[in-house]
Amino acid sequence: MSGESTYQPNNGFTKWMDTRLPLLRLAHDSFVDYPTPKNLNYWWTFGGILTFCLVTQIITGIILAMHYTPHVDHAFNSVEHIMRNVNHGWLIRYIHANGASMFFLAVYIHIFRGMYYGSYKAPREVLWILGVIIYLLMMAAAFMGYVLPWGQMSLWGATVITNLFGAIPLVGDSIATWLWGGFSVDNPTLNRFFSLHYLIPFLIFGVVILHIWALHVPGNNNPVGISVKSEQDTVPFHPYYTVKDGFALVIFMILFSYFVFFAPNVLGHADNYIPANPLVTPAHIVPEWYLLPFYAILRAIPDKLGGVIAMVGAIFILFVLPWLDTSKIRSARYRPLFKQFFLIFVVNCLVLGYLGAMPAEGVYITLARICTIYYFAHFLIILPLLGLVEKPREIPESISASILPETAASPAE
Amino acid sequence: MNRLSALVFSALLAAGLFTTGAEAAGDAKHPEAIDWSFNGLFGTYDRDSLRRGYKVYTEVCASCHSMNQLRFRNLSQPGGPEFTALEVKAIAAGFTVEDGPDDYGDMFDRPGLPKDGFVNPFPNVQAARAANGGAYPPDLSLITKARSGGPDYIYALLTGYEDPPAGMKMRDGLYYNPYMAGGKIAMAAPLLEDLVEYTDGSAASVEQMSYDVVTFLNWAAEPELEERKQTGFMVLIYLTVFAGLLFFSMRRIWADKH
Repeated sequence: MSGESTYQPNNGFTKWMDTRLPLLRLAHDSFVDYPTPKNLNYWWTFGGILTFCLVTQIITGIILAMHYTPHVDHAFNSVEHIMRNVNHGWLIRYIHANGASMFFLAVYIHIFRGMYYGSYKAPREVLWILGVIIYLLMMAAAFMGYVLPWGQMSLWGATVITNLFGAIPLVGDSIATWLWGGFSVDNPTLNRFFSLHYLIPFLIFGVVILHIWALHVPGNNNPVGISVKSEQDTVPFHPYYTVKDGFALVIFMILFSYFVFFAPNVLGHADNYIPANPLVTPAHIVPEWYLLPFYAILRAIPDKLGGVIAMVGAIFILFVLPWLDTSKIRSARYRPLFKQFFLIFVVNCLVLGYLGAMPAEGVYITLARICTIYYFAHFLIILPLLGLVEKPREIPESISASILPETAASPAE
Repeated sequence: MNRLSALVFSALLAAGLFTTGAEAAGDAKHPEAIDWSFNGLFGTYDRDSLRRGYKVYTEVCASCHSMNQLRFRNLSQPGGPEFTALEVKAIAAGFTVEDGPDDYGDMFDRPGLPKDGFVNPFPNVQAARAANGGAYPPDLSLITKARSGGPDYIYALLTGYEDPPAGMKMRDGLYYNPYMAGGKIAMAAPLLEDLVEYTDGSAASVEQMSYDVVTFLNWAAEPELEERKQTGFMVLIYLTVFAGLLFFSMRRIWADKH
């Protein structure tokens, strides 16, 4: 895919620049003339949407940091100061808080899309691994960000999660003390979380650049999963995908705006508007919605260390997904069995999320155990076996060939 | 160290991380949905209700509950009760505020100014607890955002006092309210008919006073609500038109590729 550059500098300055630092050539080859499969559907627009989310979080976050005070005595009030006294502070904070949820919504769609169309398979394993690293960094950033308003859920959520490190044998207690900067979640913890919360988005930005680089070497996967064979199969990124990504982004922004302006607190927890109090434990400690499936896995295991290992394993197993899936066929379109198991897997993840929000008791805990076992079985048993036993459907000759019969059938596209 | 982490861990156990205890809110009666004027896409606050609600707050709630996030000047800002600047000056002057130290190093009392915060009924948490049988009356600045069920819950709580069910033992200083988790609340029913004298001729029923004071509390928690919803509506129109333009541009650009 990374063929000859077609960039033509057209004035004295750009010609001068091009022989010294060919930034414009890089931009042209990456986002203008970049050959892109012409059959990408709307599930492929979430990469652009995610870039938008990251930039939005960074810009709103920098502005919030100008008015925020990372101190246990002032943090809660400084957030209210932003809401009440800073010009449009409420807008900036609500964009940032809901932006985190929107970021995760988009990233989950993006990840499931990659799983469905086999985008992690050769030659895109490194691209996938970089994506998992971004996802991990996102979870760290989101968790620390949720601590900053220093409400009840901030303090107690941080206490639950940092206590998990205490489960590590021998050195667990020392690690927890080291993380806290003391003997419980307190001012030093809040301070370092603020520092790291400011740092991590820029790390994410760096890995995103690598992610896009690793995408542009083999080129995009596509809904039929077969590689680009000729120029017939592609269109230049601009204007074809700039306009399509742009349209999808604006639709996404409509959903985003609905939350920011009309339901800014539905995705949060009421307890986080109560100032943090180390002497009062909330009746029911829950993380934000996007971490609930992992919370369910953590609580499904009756042993603390076991729960932590299962939860961490549930994320780290994604790193080896390219080697667990033994099928050479990328797209689920041509894998009738995998398609069904993929759907079950998605439903299983949603059920885990629901169970994470429920109290860990009775039938909920039994269900959480079944779902946890299924989650791991999907990766460790079903995917390796499917590749061996499944009979794939016939694969079209090329991307162009795959589109032509469809165009005849459905005049709308 | 080990004792401390054991303590934290048992607190977590109690908190439900690995417990089999019921969710605390699970046993409380579910509040009924109220048709607030500030609900919906075009919701706004009813100014008269806000002003009456402020009267209920100052004359009833303020004897125990602080509102630390509010300043007198907020009472005249757009989207709120919108008292005039002069009215706010007069309201603030009705309170005594400690200021200082002066040039001799002494603290002194002076009449309140619009820039001052709402005056706390108690000097500190310990004093508040001592005066209220050990229970701390929570700050009300954010109360409608800080309770699940929001304004509906606060309204249900204020109007929902009843006699305890047969067999339920109530310790002295605790009152029965089915909307409270656990059913027991340390605040006696705060509103009685005609407790507040409305100057605009409205009847001061418990329901009316509750409606007004919850409207006021919701404004205190979300003073930006009107501006937020109006801005949001314009944003949605803008984005919808923009999406339409992009859609037709896309159709045109892709026309030769299908």
